[in-house]
Amino acid sequence: MGTALTLIVLFVALALCWRYLGAYMLAIYDGRVRWLRGPERLIYRALGVDSEAEQSWQRYTMSLIIFSAVAILVTYALIRLQGHLPLNPEHLSGVSPALSFNTAVSFVTNTNWQNYSGETTMSYLSQMGSLTVQMFVSASVGIAVAVALIRGFARKESSTIGNFWVDLVRGVLYLLLPISFVMTFVFVGQGAIQTFAGPAHIKNALDGFTQVIARGPVASMEVIKQLGTNGGGFFNANGADPFENPTGLTNLLSVILILSIPFSLTYVFGKMVGNIRQGVAVVATMLLFFCIWTAVGIGAEHGANTAVHLGGIAHQVAGNMNGKETRFGSSSSALYNIASTQTSTGSVDASNDSFTPIGGMMLLTGMMLGEVTPGGVGSGLYTILLFAIVAVFLGGLMVGRTPEYLGKKIQAREVKIAALGVLVMPITVLVLTGIATVVQSGTSATLNSGPHGFTEILYAFTSQANNNGSAFAGLSGNTPFYNILGAVAMLIGRFGVIVPALALAGTLGKKGLVPESLGTFRTDTPLFIGLLVGVIVIVGGLTFFPAISLGPLAEQLSHGRLF
Amino acid sequence: MRGTQTQVAAETGAPVARSRPTFEREVVRQALAGSVRKLDPRIQIRNPVMFVVLLGTVVTLFESIVRPGLFDWSVTIWLLLTVLFANFAEAMAEGRGKAQADTLRRMRTDTDARKLEDGVERLVPAAALARGDLVVCEAGDVIPSDGEIIEGVASVDESAITGESAPVIRESGGDRSAVTGGTKVLSDRIVVRITAEPGQTFLDRMISLVEGANRQKTPNELALTILLAALTIVFLPVVVVLRPYGLYAGAHVSIVILVALLVCLIPTTIGALLSAIGIAGMDRLVQRNVLAMSGRAVEAAGDVQTLLLDKTGTITLGNRMASRFIPVGGHSEQELAEAAQLSSLADETPEGRSIVVLAKQLFNVREHEMGSDYAFVPFTAQTRMSGLDIGERKIRKGAGDSVRRWVLEGGGTVPAELDREVESVARAGSTPLVVADGAEVLGVIELKDVVKEGIAERFSQLRQMGIRTVMITGDNPLTAAAIASEAGVDDYLAEATPENKMELIKAEQAGGKLVAMTGDGTNDAPALAQADVGVAMNTGTTAAKEAGNMVDLDSNPTKLIDIVEIGKQLLITRGALTTFSIANDVAKYFAIIPALFISAYPGLSALNVMHLHSPTSAVLSAVIFNALIIIALIPLALRGVKFRPSGAAQILRRNVWIYGVGGLILPFIGIKIIDLILSALGAY
Repeated sequence: MGTALTLIVLFVALALCWRYLGAYMLAIYDGRVRWLRGPERLIYRALGVDSEAEQSWQRYTMSLIIFSAVAILVTYALIRLQGHLPLNPEHLSGVSPALSFNTAVSFVTNTNWQNYSGETTMSYLSQMGSLTVQMFVSASVGIAVAVALIRGFARKESSTIGNFWVDLVRGVLYLLLPISFVMTFVFVGQGAIQTFAGPAHIKNALDGFTQVIARGPVASMEVIKQLGTNGGGFFNANGADPFENPTGLTNLLSVILILSIPFSLTYVFGKMVGNIRQGVAVVATMLLFFCIWTAVGIGAEHGANTAVHLGGIAHQVAGNMNGKETRFGSSSSALYNIASTQTSTGSVDASNDSFTPIGGMMLLTGMMLGEVTPGGVGSGLYTILLFAIVAVFLGGLMVGRTPEYLGKKIQAREVKIAALGVLVMPITVLVLTGIATVVQSGTSATLNSGPHGFTEILYAFTSQANNNGSAFAGLSGNTPFYNILGAVAMLIGRFGVIVPALALAGTLGKKGLVPESLGTFRTDTPLFIGLLVGVIVIVGGLTFFPAISLGPLAEQLSHGRLF
Repeated sequence: MRGTQTQVAAETGAPVARSRPTFEREVVRQALAGSVRKLDPRIQIRNPVMFVVLLGTVVTLFESIVRPGLFDWSVTIWLLLTVLFANFAEAMAEGRGKAQADTLRRMRTDTDARKLEDGVERLVPAAALARGDLVVCEAGDVIPSDGEIIEGVASVDESAITGESAPVIRESGGDRSAVTGGTKVLSDRIVVRITAEPGQTFLDRMISLVEGANRQKTPNELALTILLAALTIVFLPVVVVLRPYGLYAGAHVSIVILVALLVCLIPTTIGALLSAIGIAGMDRLVQRNVLAMSGRAVEAAGDVQTLLLDKTGTITLGNRMASRFIPVGGHSEQELAEAAQLSSLADETPEGRSIVVLAKQLFNVREHEMGSDYAFVPFTAQTRMSGLDIGERKIRKGAGDSVRRWVLEGGGTVPAELDREVESVARAGSTPLVVADGAEVLGVIELKDVVKEGIAERFSQLRQMGIRTVMITGDNPLTAAAIASEAGVDDYLAEATPENKMELIKAEQAGGKLVAMTGDGTNDAPALAQADVGVAMNTGTTAAKEAGNMVDLDSNPTKLIDIVEIGKQLLITRGALTTFSIANDVAKYFAIIPALFISAYPGLSALNVMHLHSPTSAVLSAVIFNALIIIALIPLALRGVKFRPSGAAQILRRNVWIYGVGGLILPFIGIKIIDLILSALGAY
């Protein structure tokens, strides 16, 4: 399929998702979808949850933190102890403590940063019963937070923002499981594998060597990997592995799955606050970034790799094919990796490290803008709403009104919360990168030196603090130093934004609604979109400009010099 | 509208209400001294942004002493100047208020008060008067403190407070019983019960207000301070990590340059001017003779969505005027006019005078001398009529139903068309007066409420700003509706009582709206207190003045609209300068980042888009620009950005262009020019 056709199919599919998946999600979180009410009630009974009781933001947050903490512990225990557990045909031993910690945090925070190769480290039970389970629930947690925040905006003088357990269960039961279930068959039909039979041993008739081909329950993990913007692959090669992502069709489906929920949540937002134009303004902002980043990314990879060109190694008629799969080509690979870095997914079907400097910069900056374009499931929406609070505050001041957003007055408390939520990520990334660049155990793990080596470190922390999970490669992350520091980045990046978002939901929910008037600064206009874009760019740009100029910019401006 | 206000100020010659030049020599001199005094860290810590600059200055000072060099010293000096400029801006704003406070302070009397104790007068110092004390004031005395007249009536010169030179009448009882300390009794004798504790008088509060003595941060200012602090905090790691990053890249990054970069990035422009903007906002109100009791009230004024405006005096000229004679029952218009004129001969009310004037204009009815057999029948609340008895002839004018009853009681008949005429006059928003001569009903006089010129345009401006106007009137709904539509208000409250006025305010507030109103009577006090912005007229009662959060010294209710605009202007100025400050950062990055790392990665010279002369001059130019822009923007901070009433989208677009895009471009030019000067000086 040509690039243009691919893009047309993608955007038509996304438009349909926005309208119909959006409406379905609205119904789920309004409690109108109940076709699995039997199992749903059973789960509540098992959890001891009163599904009718709503929670204050503090209780909601507490439930979420407790759930996540237990999830980290269980995941940690399961992979530590996998050697003593069933479904381990290759008899893999337990995973080391530091790596287990990093991995457990990684999957619970919806990051899926992988300091390991799945096929040589994780048993089938670990992959399917532990990591894949977290892919479902961590995605549902993200959406729950977004929905809770929307409720804060939509409600008037309410002290509750919903029930965490109900939101969590409904997200998994009605949204993530059914779609994953159906789509898995499509992936299997295309050639993705699903088996418990253990690796295949193939004897080469020519030289007599036996080749071991890793297999496993791959397809069941593949769909939720994309749908829940998780990104963790069964195999080390992730989406480049033909058992995970066999054809051009699955490649495009992956991109659609990645983007479907993050974009569609804006529909839920618009409908829930009673003005779909508000949702359109947010989705337009997301789309604007997404389109620019996709265009520049595809453009960069479609062109030649300067270093390869200078080296006279090859004619690059198909663009920068370095590190890419020929069955996808440079454009589709760029689209896949851009979509995955714009959404905190982090799955890849080509090597990020081998992108051109500009292509690599688009991957990196997509994350640095805070993963809001459209960002991860739920996290994209709740983070961009924090940005919107800052934008509204500035905009409101400029029209001479104490600012309000969706009828809620934005005062000192809201500004404080929004500023915290918006700034926690850049501070985490910059400081942790700073530590890694001066500590021996930080610098020794990089493959390259100079700006490229710097970018490897910067990318690692940007990816983890944004709960993206994609790797720039080149960095040997499985060291105690990077395992621990990375886990810290992931935890701060996840809960350092979730807690402010829920606090905001709480404080907004308690407020009354200010009626709109002509003097109100409207938030459903191109002007507001421009302002929101400005705030996102300014916050991202001003915080990361020095780092970017020492990484990809310095490399690009050195015109093909290798580091 | 600005014209009207200046005119009012000019007419009254108010001492506090003259427009002042931005930089007055005396104010500047004091501000210069103040800017050094404010270097005190205890004062600086209240402004987190500038406190960081001060700390940075200390760091570079230390570096300059340890490793002396022209560059380090230059940066240190310019950082210090940045702090001083910020202090200067604040001191300027305060200084302007102080000058006004001094004028007021001179009015405070140190003379003795004639305290009344058990009916005996005793001289005590004015400062020793407590609430509840009784004092006597006679012609020539200065009233020693705020109080209420409990006995007597006097003409009082209040020019000291209001600037109005014509004396006003103050009398015990009713809504005109309040007197203000510092004003002077011109005639007669009054006994005043003191209502203010010493040091808490109106004058004292006024002085502390214009001085900004116990100024507290307003909610919006607080929110902005938090945002600025957050921006300051985030730039701290951004800059600090450049040291390890530089180490990794193999570039030595000097502490002085890092401090310079930090100061350039944190929002110093708005941080330096923030408190000046707030003080200047209060000051602008004072210049229009409005005293806001708190900055919070000024800010709330910018947010007001509903204005409650009294009809009389605000929307219409105070008095109704006769505009038409409508004869009934076959009588001629002239017959009616003559009878009406006769009935109003002794009627000194403005309405009565206007009937005489109209009769003269239309039919040249000459003013009769009151004959000896003429007996004036005054208006009473019971009869609701007034008129004239000439011998047996009885002429009456008054409310329709009263006159009708009087005629029927006298055995007369009422023409059928009377009711129709009365109603059509009322429907048009005017007041019908029925005139009868004995048993004959002659016709109806139309008394018209004259809507102020230009008021409709102002309301449409307000509508554009998203503000709803509600006219408050004691008139019946019919009359109210007609005037409301003529004046172009959005809504009206007819037959208003203090109770339903209060209900209206509460209903609006329940819908999340902020409400502003004016009032002067004691019965307005609860509503003034309930409203988010309550502007009490200075002529009003003490209760009203205490209930409201603003006092208009000119007692001009139309000013409410100006107050709203000043509130908005205050917020816009903050927003505009914040945007400007942040937008400035882009150019500073382009100046400093290449300067920092060009030695490690020569390719980064491509980022030196301004082609600055050398790394040192690039850094210094950015620092100098950062300092000078504060000075350059002081006039803007003190005056406020230009405000034109229009919709939110228009205002935003305009300000984004000027302060956002302008703020992006201007520093590129400014830094380049400073760099050219520095390199021409040859020092860098």
